[in-house]
Amino acid sequence: MPDRYRRQSPLAHLGLVARASEDQSAEAGVVMAECPFCAQTGLRGDGSLARFGNAVKTVLGIAPPTEPNTVTGPEDFADGARILWLGPDEWLIVGGDVDAEPSGALRLALSDRHAAVVDVSDGRAVIALSGPNARDVLAKGCPLDLHPRAFGPGRCAQTVLAKAHVILHQIDASPSYEIYVHRSFADYLWSWLEDAAGEFGVRISNSRSDRNGLLGGRVTP
Amino acid sequence: MLLIPCPWCGLRDEVEFKYGGEAHNNRPLVPDVHDDTAWAAYLFMKKNPKGLHLERWVHAAGCRRWFNVARDTVSNRIDGSYKIGEKPPAIAAETEESA
Ligand SMILES: [Zn+2]
Repeated sequence: MPDRYRRQSPLAHLGLVARASEDQSAEAGVVMAECPFCAQTGLRGDGSLARFGNAVKTVLGIAPPTEPNTVTGPEDFADGARILWLGPDEWLIVGGDVDAEPSGALRLALSDRHAAVVDVSDGRAVIALSGPNARDVLAKGCPLDLHPRAFGPGRCAQTVLAKAHVILHQIDASPSYEIYVHRSFADYLWSWLEDAAGEFGVRISNSRSDRNGLLGGRVTP
Repeated sequence: MLLIPCPWCGLRDEVEFKYGGEAHNNRPLVPDVHDDTAWAAYLFMKKNPKGLHLERWVHAAGCRRWFNVARDTVSNRIDGSYKIGEKPPAIAAETEESA
């Protein structure tokens, strides 16, 4: 883990904090934000074993989802960890303080199981996309059926967006989404999204939901 | 463009998948006792049918699991998919025997 004062989010170089503070159209059809420094932990194990799920639940308060492409936990990861289904024996835990080594307690609880817990926090950038036209933007580059009857709040999927591998998570029906993308693709994907959203009007936000005050960019010590 | 049914994720677009060749063609468990002819049969002699084909696919950009698909090589019609280690769906098995 780098020194805290040196750490930069994958999109820090775009100056999104400054752009968000500029006068912007209030009529934007799409709102974009980076969600910097959210703790991400890779989890592997046998989801069909009750004791595996129970061990995770003991530590996090929620069990890994067993239904494919669903998420357990609160809508907002500021309210606690949530778990995204990635495969029948693979999940992504999102939330918690990135500096608190969130995987430690979990690793301990699973130490006598055939399981793996890996901190992957800095591996992916997280982009929040919301607004009335958010679905239209995604539909331009994603083969997934995004219609609410097929993909609604609480669902997640690994898929491709503008040819980049992403994890897509729909947060609510407004609709708002969170997009997890590998760090080296973050600049490309942000540019693609902003270009694709241009026709609807884009507003850059400082917070992932305009509800809480998560700042993008550089962390001050 | 095909819509391929992943046993876990359901119908997904072909671009999320990679093709893995003929299914149920397993590597010899005890390689040492295999002679060249048997190795050649395993490595090179594929069924390559015109019609129903049981084949491996991997959901590469999705859940990253390997599974089997029953696909018609002429019409591209997909009759179903099933997990590795499972028997092919009944409809596929019958068609294959009669073919
Ligand atoms: Zn899948």
